[in-house]
Amino acid sequence: MSIRHGLLALLGQGPRYGYQLRTEFEARTGATWPLNVGQVYTTLSRLERDGLVEPAGEDEEGHQFYEVTDAGRAELRAWFDTPVPRTNPPRDELAIKLAMAVTVPGVDVSAVVQGQRRHSIKALQDYTRLKGRALAGEPRLGAGTASASANNDLAWLLVLEQLIFQTEAEIRWLDHCETRLAQQAEIEQARAAEAAGQETARTFRPGRRRTRS
Amino acid sequence: MSHTDPTSSGGRPVLHLDGITRVHGQGAAEVHALRGIDLRVHPGEFVAVMGPSGSGKSTLLTLAGGLDTPTTGQVLVEGVALGGLNRKRLAEVRRRSVGYVFQDYNLIPALTAAENISLPRELDGLSARAARREALAALEELGIPELADRFPDDMSGGQQQRVAIARALIGDRRLVLADEPTGALDSTTGEAVLAVLRARCDAGAAAMMVTHEARHAAWADRVVFLRDGRMVDESISQDAGSLLVSAAANAKRQGEE
Repeated sequence: MSIRHGLLALLGQGPRYGYQLRTEFEARTGATWPLNVGQVYTTLSRLERDGLVEPAGEDEEGHQFYEVTDAGRAELRAWFDTPVPRTNPPRDELAIKLAMAVTVPGVDVSAVVQGQRRHSIKALQDYTRLKGRALAGEPRLGAGTASASANNDLAWLLVLEQLIFQTEAEIRWLDHCETRLAQQAEIEQARAAEAAGQETARTFRPGRRRTRS
Repeated sequence: MSHTDPTSSGGRPVLHLDGITRVHGQGAAEVHALRGIDLRVHPGEFVAVMGPSGSGKSTLLTLAGGLDTPTTGQVLVEGVALGGLNRKRLAEVRRRSVGYVFQDYNLIPALTAAENISLPRELDGLSARAARREALAALEELGIPELADRFPDDMSGGQQQRVAIARALIGDRRLVLADEPTGALDSTTGEAVLAVLRARCDAGAAAMMVTHEARHAAWADRVVFLRDGRMVDESISQDAGSLLVSAAANAKRQGEE
């Protein structure tokens, strides 16, 4: 899992303690996925259980340090060398919502689509604003020490851009859904018109018969 | 329509579209391109217009730029109603107040990049030398100073597009109108162009851009959605209010602790 490997990657740079790991994780990801200290310690104890990290003593303030084991280093290498699996796509609430919306009667699907698009564009505007600031090189507090700061800023920019592209993909998909729905409505309309035409033909036939007789 | 807008910080809009409709053709061939648009763009504001093809986006932009006339309603640029102007005055308002980026660039083939850009400034009465200086600065701003003395035919589509943008931004034009201004550009160059437009608005100009790319529209303060000639929705971005912005602010606060 990402937090597990994220912490392993940080520990690969040298021994660290829990609170420090949390701060460094967030400095790289701009607190996009905020971590609480509890999660950090739970993850650390699992990593220790699995033999990937081990305790490395305490400092005078009582901070418990951890360091990576050889097995941990191998695990980290394997993580970087292996693509993130796409075989089990994460559950997507929006996809589920639209799948339900088109099948449950009484839902205004185009309103769902438009409402979501407005919301997603707004998010995209906000991310873009943050990105504009990041590109302008505005100092970001919490980005770490001056030497680490440039790398952390790059990491943060990449994370932001991932959010931007993902949101853009969602909006494009919504546009596509709308086109698809319009197309479907046209097909159904044509079918209905055809059915109505047959109906009219049927009702006219007895009349014709009458005139003939 | 009321002429005070509680949502805007200051004064007169640079662009005011007041009850605009536009009908093309007549009788059975009648097409309602725009069906009643009210829109104000204030100084400092960057508006993006999105919508499916045929929704009226480009018509809206040509009307705003005085390149076409509404069937009903008024277009006001810096308070001046374009409908009441003779051709000479209209040309002057368009030249002095409006920078227009055409989707197909519209560069003059017989002029170099710098000449294309400086032409409107020379028409404004600037000396050729001063106009060229401004043109070179505009080319510099768009990252293409080396193109100054090249002709459009010797440039790629993306280069021509950036020259067209430089031409729209030269001088102190208060209104920039752009039709898909990043269409021919790769993603980082497109972004640089949007950053230039953004900076121009942050310095007090107003801009309206037609685009079908959400990622580009997101540089705007306001994204307007058109459908069948009507504004159906809009998204306004302010500094506050976003989850991520507040998440970042949290991180910042914790960093300071």
